[in-house]
Amino acid sequence: MDFQLSEEHLMVQKMVRDFVQKEVKPVIQEWDRKQEMAPFILPRMAELGILGINIPVRYGGQGFDYITLGLVCEELEAGDSPLRVVMSVHMGLNSMALLQWGTEEQKQKFLTPQATGEKYACFGLTEPGAGSDVAGMKATARREGDEYVLNGEKMWISLASKAHHALIVARTNPDADPHDGLSAFIVELDRKGITTGDIHGKLGMRAGSTGYIAMQDVRVPVENRLGEEGEGFKIAMSCLDNGRYTVAAGATGLIRASLDASVKYSHERKAFNKEIGQFQLVQQKIAYMVQQYETSRLLYLKAGWLKNQGVRNTRETSLAKWYATDASFDAASEAIQVHGAYGYSDEYDVERYLRNSKGGVIYEGTSEIHQLMQAGYALGYRKDADLRCELPAYDAEYWQAEK
Amino acid sequence: MKIAVFVKQVPDSAAKLSVDNGAVNWGDAPLVINPWDEYAVEAALQLAEKHNGEVAAISMGSEDAKEALKHALAMGAGSATLISDAALADADAAAAAKVFAAAVQKLGGVDLAIFGKQAIDSDTGLAPAMTARVLGWPALTMLAAIPALDPGAKTIQVERAIEEGRQVVEGKLPAVLSIVKDYAEPRYPSFMGIRKASKAEIPVWSLADLGISAPESKVRWTEISAPPAREVTSEMVTGANADEIAAKLADLIIAEGVL
Repeated sequence: MDFQLSEEHLMVQKMVRDFVQKEVKPVIQEWDRKQEMAPFILPRMAELGILGINIPVRYGGQGFDYITLGLVCEELEAGDSPLRVVMSVHMGLNSMALLQWGTEEQKQKFLTPQATGEKYACFGLTEPGAGSDVAGMKATARREGDEYVLNGEKMWISLASKAHHALIVARTNPDADPHDGLSAFIVELDRKGITTGDIHGKLGMRAGSTGYIAMQDVRVPVENRLGEEGEGFKIAMSCLDNGRYTVAAGATGLIRASLDASVKYSHERKAFNKEIGQFQLVQQKIAYMVQQYETSRLLYLKAGWLKNQGVRNTRETSLAKWYATDASFDAASEAIQVHGAYGYSDEYDVERYLRNSKGGVIYEGTSEIHQLMQAGYALGYRKDADLRCELPAYDAEYWQAEK
Repeated sequence: MKIAVFVKQVPDSAAKLSVDNGAVNWGDAPLVINPWDEYAVEAALQLAEKHNGEVAAISMGSEDAKEALKHALAMGAGSATLISDAALADADAAAAAKVFAAAVQKLGGVDLAIFGKQAIDSDTGLAPAMTARVLGWPALTMLAAIPALDPGAKTIQVERAIEEGRQVVEGKLPAVLSIVKDYAEPRYPSFMGIRKASKAEIPVWSLADLGISAPESKVRWTEISAPPAREVTSEMVTGANADEIAAKLADLIIAEGVL
């Protein structure tokens, strides 16, 4: 067993931390107030190579491992949650699905420009009437010759209005069992019949882009279908194994940010003639944050390690996501309590942390869904079936080779 | 064009300093590349990119200093060398300058030796000028810009950031430069650079490798003590309106002799 991060890991961590500290933190409050995504975020992340961090070099990526992806997400969300959301949808839910399920042609055509950051990607699974109940989705894809015709609406889609490509899951066989009647498609969002827009008035993630994708008779060539017809549910679930990993790592960053802010304020603020860090009830809050941070970190790093080994990690990733997001909500709330009235104002970052943290306990499987999953595994009701395409194990030589 | 850029590993600027048993204690602050040296590396890389040159990063210190060198490599430096020798443990700026000059000579063919304006641990800012003195090269310090450089003609024109403003100076190569913050924002290490740096084997030169004996330090530390803690009091200035508050504040500032 080795708990040591590599020199590469530590250098990437520092580089992303510096980017967040220098370029994002000074302006993020302003964009959060505006309820807009800062226009520089996506191009800058692309320019720095973050959008392709763990994709093989031959597909335009940077060739780092899955643990690096987790570390990057932790750093991004320690700055602001919407930065990490970019990685969740662009990388975890879309690009990694192309790496796992895509044909060589699809990797060349779609994955490569996504990894270089020339194109942004999102993931269209949730619908206005179907969240946790994925198989209950209404969107359809009807085969007509060499094309599919897509109709329906996807809701709560991060980067809906910014992305060039979306991975859309729709029903191809209305007569089949709901789990077997879905298929996945790579859809260019400039196709005729597509309308996208942003949702405003969210509790958190205000400096991020969350929106909808409406599809009316959108024609997509057969070559854009990811996997086999009827594999959509399995593909969607495998996407979530990767998306949830990024969410868990990001939530860990949010806990760290809450802890750091609370420690700093506990040294600065005085009450009853001593700094408030001297009071045991404040210390208790700090201690819980430390516990939550260290536990969340171990859980997501274990999931990342399993990904590196090519071992199925649905169970471990679910646990990491459930624990870390619940803990991040708790840590952010307690950070506000440490800050007292100032924490209730956006003069300090902690109120934004709390608003952002609530999203994490809802999307990519609510905490309730993850509790059912964990109980299902423990009771023996739930088992992971082998997939036709598993996420490839990290192989440094292959990942870093030009061809 | 060959450029040597000197980097130093220092405690993070957020470190809390204390004096324990007559020695400076940086606590558990992480070690980082001297922030001023990042500007020096950036300047070296920009000049190398413009004039098809090569950048060699050099640091003097313990094994820890390899971190600073790897940072320079990850930013884009072509090579890195650590100078490490037990005899250099207490080297002052004058001793270090002799070592730096020897390193420049050993590299051979160096047109520019570039430093950050100072290191944030000792804060003397002496190394660039002293190294230039040992080498017998011009010292062009506190540079905010290099408007002209002709490696063929061996000429350079620089803008120095001085208290009175900008001073334009022309000089001959080879030269020693020191760089200030205005030059350019240092780039982040690239991911490809990080991979290269993490795999790099950094050679270590001893004084014997440099062909010099241990230079004598001129500075002796007879006693180290922490400065007395500052007594800070605060006073809230109040008034009926902004003008009244501003007038009271101005009176206070004058009374305290701040202006």
